[in-house]
Amino acid sequence: MKANLIKGSCRMTAVLTLLFSLAIHGDQDVSTQPPFQTAIINLKQGSMAEREQAINQLAENGSASLAILQALLDGQLFTLKTDMTLVIGVDNNQGYDVRDALTGTALGAMERGSVNKINLTNKLRVSLRRTIGQLQLTAEDPAIRLAAVKAMGNEDDESALALLKARLELEKDVTVKQAIQVVFLLKDMNSSDKSLRVKAIEALKAQNSLDVVNRLNAMVEKDEAGNFIEADADIRNAAKAALININTRLQFYSSVETVFFGLSLGAVLVLAAIGLAITFGVMGVINMAHGELMMLGAYTTYVMQQLLPNHLGISVLLSIPVAFVISAAVGIAIERGIIRFLYGRPLETLLATFGVSLILQQSVRSIFSPLNRSVATPEWMSGSWQINDFLSLTWNRFYILVFCLMVFLLLLQILKHTRLGLEVRAVAQNRNMAKAMGIPTSRVDAMTFGLGSGIAGVAGVALSQITNVGPNLGQAYIVDSFMVVVFGGVGNLWGTLVAGFILGIANKFLEPFAGAVLAKILVLIFIILFIQKRPRGLFPQKGRAADS
Amino acid sequence: MKLITFGSDKIASSVLLALGLVSFVIPFCNLALPVDSALHFSAYTVSLIGKYLTFALLGLSLDLVWGYCGILALGQGAFFALGGYAMGMYLMRQIGTRGVYGDPLLPDFMVFLNWKELPWYWLGFDQFWFALLMVVLVPGVLAFVFGWLAFRSRVTGVYLSIITQALTYALLLAFFRNEMGFGGNNGLTDFKELLGFNIQSEDLRAVLLGVTGITLMATFVLSRWVVNTKLGRVVTAIRDQESRVRFLGYRVEMYKLWIFVFAAMIAGVAGALYVPQVGIINPSEFSPLNSLEIVIWVAMGGRGTLYGAIIGAVLVNFSKTVLTGLLPEIWLFSLGAIFVFVTVFLPDGIVGLMRRKLQERAA
Repeated sequence: MKANLIKGSCRMTAVLTLLFSLAIHGDQDVSTQPPFQTAIINLKQGSMAEREQAINQLAENGSASLAILQALLDGQLFTLKTDMTLVIGVDNNQGYDVRDALTGTALGAMERGSVNKINLTNKLRVSLRRTIGQLQLTAEDPAIRLAAVKAMGNEDDESALALLKARLELEKDVTVKQAIQVVFLLKDMNSSDKSLRVKAIEALKAQNSLDVVNRLNAMVEKDEAGNFIEADADIRNAAKAALININTRLQFYSSVETVFFGLSLGAVLVLAAIGLAITFGVMGVINMAHGELMMLGAYTTYVMQQLLPNHLGISVLLSIPVAFVISAAVGIAIERGIIRFLYGRPLETLLATFGVSLILQQSVRSIFSPLNRSVATPEWMSGSWQINDFLSLTWNRFYILVFCLMVFLLLLQILKHTRLGLEVRAVAQNRNMAKAMGIPTSRVDAMTFGLGSGIAGVAGVALSQITNVGPNLGQAYIVDSFMVVVFGGVGNLWGTLVAGFILGIANKFLEPFAGAVLAKILVLIFIILFIQKRPRGLFPQKGRAADS
Repeated sequence: MKLITFGSDKIASSVLLALGLVSFVIPFCNLALPVDSALHFSAYTVSLIGKYLTFALLGLSLDLVWGYCGILALGQGAFFALGGYAMGMYLMRQIGTRGVYGDPLLPDFMVFLNWKELPWYWLGFDQFWFALLMVVLVPGVLAFVFGWLAFRSRVTGVYLSIITQALTYALLLAFFRNEMGFGGNNGLTDFKELLGFNIQSEDLRAVLLGVTGITLMATFVLSRWVVNTKLGRVVTAIRDQESRVRFLGYRVEMYKLWIFVFAAMIAGVAGALYVPQVGIINPSEFSPLNSLEIVIWVAMGGRGTLYGAIIGAVLVNFSKTVLTGLLPEIWLFSLGAIFVFVTVFLPDGIVGLMRRKLQERAA
C-alpha cells in the first residue's frame, strides 16, 4: 500500500516538472507556440503590419475569434496595463465593464486609465470589416449569416460579391440563400443587357425585401426634369408590374401586423378586464379599485427587480405569483372590510371601491413618489421576431398575448374543475339556493373577490413590461376594462375574451386613418351605441339568473 | 304652489336662508363698502365661494337624476364642461384684438395652429344671448340624444353608469385634440371681459357670486317644485319600482329622458357660471374622476333631498380647499375615506343624520 503511494507521488512530480519546464520554454520562444497565441501577441504589441497579419491569422481560426475581431472593430478591445491581458471592455459611462477576451471571464468594472485601447488604421478597419463579414458568412447561426449578407450586399465591392458567390454554392439555409440571390439580382438590374434586367425584375418580384421595393420604386419615378429615371419603357412596365405584385403582399403583411397589434392590445385589455369580469360578472360588484390592484401588481414587479437586480428574467417570473398573492390579499381585505356590508347595493359598492382606489393611489404616491418607475424588460422579452423584411413582431407583445391566453385558460379551468369554481358558479346563479345547499356564500364571496383581484395583480405584472409604472397606471385602464366587460356581456368569461380582442383589433385598424385618439373615441361611441342595441352585451346571460 | 312648503322643512329653509345671505350680503358688502372695511371680502374668498356655489348647482343637477330617478350618471361633469365651454367661447370672442397675436376674429390658439378662418361652430358666440342659449342647448341636446337612445333600449343600472362614464371619457379625449378647435390641452383661457366689464375686477366677481347664488336658489326652488309635481312623483316611483310604473301604463323612458335633460341643462348653467369665476376651462373637466367626485358630494350630503347635494358639494369642496392647502398628501386619503365611510355608515348622508337628530329632539 505504502509503496504504491510513494510510486504515485513520484510520477506526479515527474509530470509537474515536465509541465513546468514546458511553460518556461514556451515563454522564451514564441515561435513554437500555436499561431493563435502568436497572433494574439502581435495584436497586442506588434506594428500595424504585424497587426494586419495577426488579424488574418485569427480569421483562419474561424468563428472562435469572431468576438475578438468584432470587439476590435468596435474599439472595445483593450490590454490591461498591469499584465497585458487581452480584454473586451464595454463602456459603462464611468469606465469599462471588462471581461477576458480569450476565456470570457468577467473581470468587473475598471477605470479608463487602467487599460490601453488597441488602435486601428482606417485601411486596417476596412480589411477587418471584410474579414468579419467573411467569418460571419460561415457562422453557425443563420441569423448572423443573413445579417452579413445584407451588410455586404449594400457595399458595392467586387471582393464582397466574390465571397457571396462562393457562399451561394455552399449555403443550405433557404432564407440566407434567397438573400444572396437578391443581392445578385439587384446587381443584374444594373447590367446593360436588357433581357437580363427584365429577367432579374421577374425573379425579384417574388422576394419580400425592402431593398427590392426601394430599387423598383426608384425605377418607375421621374426625375426633376420630368423624364423617367429609367429610360426603357419595357423595363419600367416590368418594374411596375413587379411592384403591384409586391405591394399586394406588402398589404397582406401589414394587415397581418395590424391584426397582431390588435391582438396584443386586446390581450392587454382582456388581462385588465378578466379579473373585473369575475368580480363584476359573478358577484355583481363594481370594483373601481380594480385598476389600482393592477397597479399594485406592476409595483410588485418593480420591487422584485430592486430585490433581485441581477436576475431580471427570474424577478419578472417570480413577480407573477407574488403579485397574485399581494393583490388577492388586498382584494380580500377590501371585500371583508367594506364590500360585504354593501351587497345588493351595486351603485354604493362602486362609490366605496372608488374611495379605496383613491387611498391605494395615494399610498403608492407617498411610498414610491408620484413619478413613474421604470421596470426593466428581460432580454428574452425585448427585441422583435423578424419574419421577413415586411413583417416583424415584437417579443414583449407576443409574450403578453401568450400570457393572456394562459391566464384565461387557467381561470376557465379553475371555474370549471375546482370545488371553488363550482361554488362560485353556484353562488353566481342563485345565491339563496346555494346557501340552502350548504355553500358558505360569504366565504365564497371573499375567495371570488380574491381571485379576481389576484388576476388583476398578474395583469399588472404584464402591464409593467409595456407601459410606465406609476400611480395613475390603474386609472388609465379602468374605463377600458369596464367597456370590455360590458361589451362582452357580464358574467361571461368567453365574452370578455372575444370583446377584448374585437376592441383591440378594431382600435388598431382604425388608427392608421383616424389617429390613435380618434380611434379610441370611435370605439367608445361604438360601444355606447352597441349597448343600446344589445343592453346585455355580446353574450348575454340567459335564464333566471339574468333577471336579477 | 302649496307643495313648496319650506316652513315644515327646517333644513331646507335654513339652506335657503344661508344661500340668500351669501348671495346678497357678500356682493352688497363688496360693492357698497370701502375696500379697507372689515366686512369687505377678499377677491379670493369671493371667487372661492362662487366656485362652491356653482359646484352646489352641479350637485343639485346630479341629485335630480340620481336621487330622484335612480340613474347613477357618471358623466354629469360632461354637461357641466360643455356649458363651461359654451361660455368660454363667448369670453374668447370678447378678447378681440387684445390677444397675443392681436387677430380680431381668431382666438390665439387658432392663429397659433395656422387656422385661416373661424370654424362654423364658433359663429354666433360673439353674441351673449347666443352663448347663453348654447349653454343650455348643447348639454340639453346631448343629454336628449344620449338619453333617448339609452332609455328607449332600457339600459339601466350599472350599464347605464358605465356608458355615461364612457361618454365623458370620449369627450375628454376629443377635447384634448387640437383639431377639435377648442384649444386642445390648454382649453380656453386669458379671458378679458364679460359684457364689457373687466373679468378680473372685484366688482364683477362679487356680482357673479350674487348671480350664482340667486341662480342656485331659483333652481333649488324650481327643482323642488318639479319633484313635487305629478311628473316628479312618477320619476320617484320609477326610481323605486321601474317595472311596476311601466306596467301601470306610464312611458318610463319619457319621464327619465325629461329629468335627464333637465338636469343636464342645469349642469350646463353651472358650468357657464363656473368659467368666468375661475378664468379657465380645459378638457380635464371632462375627466371621469371629476364626475365621480360630483357623486360623492351628493352621497355625502344625502341624496334625494336636493339641499343635501348643496350641503355636500359645499362641505366636500371646502374641506378640499383646506386640506390641499395644509396637507396635500392627505387630500386623496381623506376623499377616499369619505367615500368609504359615507357609503358604509351614512347611506343617507349628512342630511339623514340631521333629520334623525331633529326627529329625536321632536320626540
